[in-house]
Amino acid sequence: MRPLLCLLLLVLVVPALAIADRQRDPLLEDRARALFREVRCVVCQNQSIDDSEAQIAKDLRGIIREQLAEGRNEEQILGFLTARYGDYVLLEPPFRSGTLLLWLAPAIALLGGGALVWSVLRARTAKQIPIPLSRAEQARLDRLMERDSR
Amino acid sequence: MIPELGHYALVLALLVAVAQTAIPLYGAAQGAGRLMAFAYQAAYIQFLLLAIAFAALIQSYLVSDFTVLNVVQNSHSLKPLLYKLSGAWGNHEGSLLLWVLMLALFGAGVALFGGNLPASLRARVLAIQALIAVGFLAFMLATSNPFIRVVPPPLDGNDLNPLLQDPGLAFHPPLLYLGYVGFSLVFSFAVAALIEGRVDPAWAGWVRPWTLIAWTALTAGIALGARWAYYELGWGGWWFWDPVENLSFMPWLAGTALLHSVSAVEKRGAFKAWTLLLAILAFSLSLLGTFIVRSGLLTSVHAFAVDPERGVFILALLCIAIGGSLALYAWRAPRLTPGGNFGTLSRESGLLLNNLLLSAACATVLAGTLYPLFLELASGTLVSVGPPFYAKTFVPLTIPLLILMGIGPMLAWKKADLSRVLSRLALAAGLSVAIGLLVAWLLGGGAIMAVFFLGLAAWLVLSSLTDLAERLRLFRVPLGDSLARLSGLPRRQWGMTLAHAGLGIAIAGMTASSVWKDERIETLMPGESMEIAGYVLTLEGVRRMTGPNYRAEQAALAVTYDGRAIDRLYPERRFYPVQQMPTSEAAIRITVGGDLYAVLGEGDPAEQGGFPVRVYFEPLVAWIWAGTLIMSVGGLLSIAARQPARRTAGRPTAPQPAE
Repeated sequence: MRPLLCLLLLVLVVPALAIADRQRDPLLEDRARALFREVRCVVCQNQSIDDSEAQIAKDLRGIIREQLAEGRNEEQILGFLTARYGDYVLLEPPFRSGTLLLWLAPAIALLGGGALVWSVLRARTAKQIPIPLSRAEQARLDRLMERDSR
Repeated sequence: MIPELGHYALVLALLVAVAQTAIPLYGAAQGAGRLMAFAYQAAYIQFLLLAIAFAALIQSYLVSDFTVLNVVQNSHSLKPLLYKLSGAWGNHEGSLLLWVLMLALFGAGVALFGGNLPASLRARVLAIQALIAVGFLAFMLATSNPFIRVVPPPLDGNDLNPLLQDPGLAFHPPLLYLGYVGFSLVFSFAVAALIEGRVDPAWAGWVRPWTLIAWTALTAGIALGARWAYYELGWGGWWFWDPVENLSFMPWLAGTALLHSVSAVEKRGAFKAWTLLLAILAFSLSLLGTFIVRSGLLTSVHAFAVDPERGVFILALLCIAIGGSLALYAWRAPRLTPGGNFGTLSRESGLLLNNLLLSAACATVLAGTLYPLFLELASGTLVSVGPPFYAKTFVPLTIPLLILMGIGPMLAWKKADLSRVLSRLALAAGLSVAIGLLVAWLLGGGAIMAVFFLGLAAWLVLSSLTDLAERLRLFRVPLGDSLARLSGLPRRQWGMTLAHAGLGIAIAGMTASSVWKDERIETLMPGESMEIAGYVLTLEGVRRMTGPNYRAEQAALAVTYDGRAIDRLYPERRFYPVQQMPTSEAAIRITVGGDLYAVLGEGDPAEQGGFPVRVYFEPLVAWIWAGTLIMSVGGLLSIAARQPARRTAGRPTAPQPAE
């Protein structure tokens, strides 16, 4: 009977919680909202728990608010969530050996591309041989020069 | 009978496409004019056949022919006419058919209007265009045939996903496809040029308008998709860095780079090899966008066709198209004659930096989109790459790009005088800083990055106006002369000014709406009120209603500001019984300063003591749509730029082929 009662209570209480459980302290609520945007709703399709109405998102919001109220900091809370759900729960992938290439991709593209451009341009200016004019072009140039000098 | 006709036309189109690939390529290699000319006839016939196939599919949807599997899966007899129509391309099979139809339309366009192209180039372009069609048609007939019948037919269809039953989304896929397919033609031109071993300004003169068409369509398509997400998904967001969004964004980034580099080819004969590579990449990314969404590799709201069986075929197609063209590039590109030289400070070097930054931005998005897939395949580790990643990687890359956007257009070709340009831009720069400081002062500090980006947005608009004023020689010659110059200003100039300024306006909207978005959630009984950003919303009541294929609850919210009644909002919760799916229809009051956005939430009022109502205030969000619209108009103006301007530009370096 007790479990059933608990379940019933949960069903009755949870939807109200999602709306009514805002933190009284606006500073804590701001921190909570910032954290929500960093945490993925793990059953959703690419949504943060800030955007999602799924049950698990509501639960996670509750957990985060609770832990903030207990005085835990952001790092501890994200650590707690990662321990439960893995790195998948973080919308910002952690900087590890596995994600090194991902994080360095912009720099690699920029520096690699820059180096490539530089070497191509340098090679071109180094072997800058004037392309000889074709006979027709030379004739045209001569005509123009002649007209100018007249 | 009609579906069989469509099916038969599809098979014939494949056969024609095979011939259209093989015969003209052989003809061009042999210099045989009649074999090359075959390409034109084939292009017309192919278009005709695919138009028949597409018409057959549309017909099946219009009459709700539930003997056709595709119609059963995506339509319903009660669905409104527009969505019956858009349902035809709102699914995997139908959208592929639309894709090849556009491909064939563009091919027919080259056949019809390509008279000023060298015969061999024209034949080769059409052959490559047909080769792409061969891949698509084979894929369709083997794995994704829209004309499969069902026996026995069901009484009614399964309906289209209600989220997709929306006017914005009826036109979002065709626009994106117009963009993707536009790049196919650019790709065909690039591959044909590699086979020919020649890139000249006349080539660029053909590639540029097609790049512009693709770019404009993609700009409008992406904006339409973002707007759809904004009002349909119900939490006021418009961009989520969702893999599917990224897949349409990457061709846009590559296409933007291509648009700029192709103008250097056209005007100065510079960046030839690089432009070819960009053309190949833009189309490769378009293929990726077309297929990955459909392959089920990424699961998200947009991926409505999830079928891993097609994956292998798709992978093979991608490998052949991308690998083949890159191999051809590696083999042939070094033989291209290098283009004109330019100084360290010149329009060319500015465009080079533009291309470098855009490519790096594109690579960042590519890494963010595909890396999680590779990591999962390689090590089984799941990671998420969401908005915070892009905020730290993509966004910083855009800063130098946006600054450069103001300076680049004023640099002269070949050798530019930077100090002169900078002194002319001093006023625009000063005003932008002042605007940034003003915003910071009005808001009492905070959000430094947001203030900085608002300053950058102002810089884009003001520097574009400065460039325009320079070209009119405003305040330096009598006003009448400036006005005369205004009417004589080339459309391309207008196109660029509008595109750059439009981006500035859009960036202001993106920044303000994401940083200063306000949100309130309350449980209201009729008669109760809530307050946001100075507005007071009072719930007047909630009524039940029925739509053509859904039931709904509609709330009436009276909006007052300063005690004056100014509006009434009607957010809805809908339930589509066929798909067993609830959706929420937000009610939005749009103003220049910001949108008031109301959503009726889920929940039983008896249990919760009221109706859950969510309201958002999103500052300047309308500027995003206005800005992207201005960009698209700029693109359209540039497409419509008169041909003669291009001819005279091309003449000094290479004579036009005889017509």
